[in-house]
Amino acid sequence: MSITYLEAIREAQAKALADDPRVFIYGQDVGAFGGAFKATKGLAKEFPGRVLDSPISEDAIVGLAVGAAIEGLRPIIEMQFADFSTVGFNQIVNQAATLFWRTNVTCPITVRLPSGGTSGSGPFHSQTMEAIYAHYPGLVVLTPATVEDAYSMLLEAVAIDDPVIFCEHKFLYYHLKAEKLPSEALPVGKARIAREGRDLTIVTYSAMVHEALAAAAELQSEGWEVEVVDLRSVKPLDTDTVMASVARTGRLLCVGEAWPWGGVTSEIITRVVSEGYDLLDAPPQRLNAKDTPVPYHPNLWTAHRPTARSIAEAARKTLQS
Amino acid sequence: MLLARVLDDKFASLYRAGKIHGGVFLGRGQEALSVSIGLTLREGDIFAPLIRDQAGRLAFNEPLLDAVRTYLGSATGPMRGRDGNIHRGRPREGLLAMISHLGAMISVVNGGLFARRMKGIRGTVGAACCGDGATSTGSFHEALNQAAVEKLPLVMVVADNQFAYSTPTARQFACGSLLERASGYGITGHRVDGTDLAACLKVVGAAVANARADQGPQLVVAHLLRLCGHGEHDDAGYIDPTLKNSPMGRDCLKLAEQFLLEQAWADAAALAKYRGEAAQKVEEAVLTVQREAAPDPYSENWSALATAHLQEGNE
Repeated sequence: MSITYLEAIREAQAKALADDPRVFIYGQDVGAFGGAFKATKGLAKEFPGRVLDSPISEDAIVGLAVGAAIEGLRPIIEMQFADFSTVGFNQIVNQAATLFWRTNVTCPITVRLPSGGTSGSGPFHSQTMEAIYAHYPGLVVLTPATVEDAYSMLLEAVAIDDPVIFCEHKFLYYHLKAEKLPSEALPVGKARIAREGRDLTIVTYSAMVHEALAAAAELQSEGWEVEVVDLRSVKPLDTDTVMASVARTGRLLCVGEAWPWGGVTSEIITRVVSEGYDLLDAPPQRLNAKDTPVPYHPNLWTAHRPTARSIAEAARKTLQS
Repeated sequence: MLLARVLDDKFASLYRAGKIHGGVFLGRGQEALSVSIGLTLREGDIFAPLIRDQAGRLAFNEPLLDAVRTYLGSATGPMRGRDGNIHRGRPREGLLAMISHLGAMISVVNGGLFARRMKGIRGTVGAACCGDGATSTGSFHEALNQAAVEKLPLVMVVADNQFAYSTPTARQFACGSLLERASGYGITGHRVDGTDLAACLKVVGAAVANARADQGPQLVVAHLLRLCGHGEHDDAGYIDPTLKNSPMGRDCLKLAEQFLLEQAWADAAALAKYRGEAAQKVEEAVLTVQREAAPDPYSENWSALATAHLQEGNE
């Protein structure tokens, strides 16, 4: 018996619905159809009246969730693709994210963003949005990289009294499998050492964790021991775990699938340089997608985002500098 | 209406005296429409007022002190100096605190109504207010369509006050009347003369009653003229005097007072007494708030999250 990353997301939602009558799911095609990716498969039947199709109105979808949260419910919103959350952006960053600070009324909504690139998806079905949401105060931004985290962090997201942007990676939906669902997990806000090493720290998150692990395996054959830190949550960002790792290795490479300007990789480098400059034996480096829209064709797409090969190449440079 | 006008006038004079940080936005000319909403709603309903709804807020039982404390930035007020002027409310008591993005509060009202239906609570309605300008936003369209699809007891009140800041309605929409929008959403539309208190009470009352009787969303379009600038920083020199002198430019408060005199429900002395009482209430509230502490940046917790341990910068 094995369970995929996508099934873990479905199971976490089923458990949230079963455990808490305040939880409901609202989004495009999430009802009888079970969602564009089947993340809500069968849930409308299992939980009548609590898994509901919405019109194609991302703004009003999030607005409705905020209103329901004020009334004490805990909505889970599915954006069909992370890319479309830009249409609901105002309600997320100005309505949901400011509510508690302005009024002292909590806003426990979870916005699921099927994120990231898969081959052939093109500019408008491939984006990673974590940096832009992390920029705004009042939001928690999660980026699970494993089946276990997809499950446990989604359950935790629903329980958190603040708006949570849950960036689930579409590339991991079907490929990533685990033997069983976890019974315990690290709490939100704690990073995980995905692989131990002493020569270089690669800090990354979401699907790039797996590319970084593959790069680390490749580098091992060349005699390098590379440590991989999986951030798990980009906001809050577990600076302590990153700093402790850099203290051990003295070298840092940050990898993100998002665009290079600003964002998570530059935030990590800023923190390490400003708080731990003396820990570094070489200038910290980062690797991101290219600064263009996400391309459609596999040849272009593979070259656009970081891969195990390009990460290994960047790692060699950092190791030899 | 009268208390709202007196309070608004006080805010305008405090603004001119430099006693208010940021803008001041008045409801002058819209009190008849606004108060009709507040008077028609009941405790337990949801109300999302906009910037010209001082009258509706007071009628919905928003404490006078909430308004004064928010305008003067008192640490004691519901917004604690974190937000100001008309951006205030008590969401858990059904009074939503507007954000500045027009049309954005309507779907939040929908969400409250949706949640109540899910919880099995029947018989409450939600009202949202906006001007003609907000009807051009995507948020307005998405929310009205959403309310119609879900058959929610939403009453959308549009004050068609002829100008969105300085932009006249001819540059805002091309349909004959905003009332035509109702049929596009498959909801009931109502038109009313926004200068006429009795008409507003009747029409808004009917719309709210329809919504309460499970007849789905209701759109009320009131025609009137904004009798002030967009805010007190704006002299509204762009408003054509012929419009001001038209029936639409009549002052709803004066018309209502005239009506009381004609019906012999009050005489001039009584009206003067009401005004004096309102002025006294407002002065007392302002004096109270002026003695209260301003927010203190050193005791502010600077956390945007309810989950304190997840707040960055506080570790």
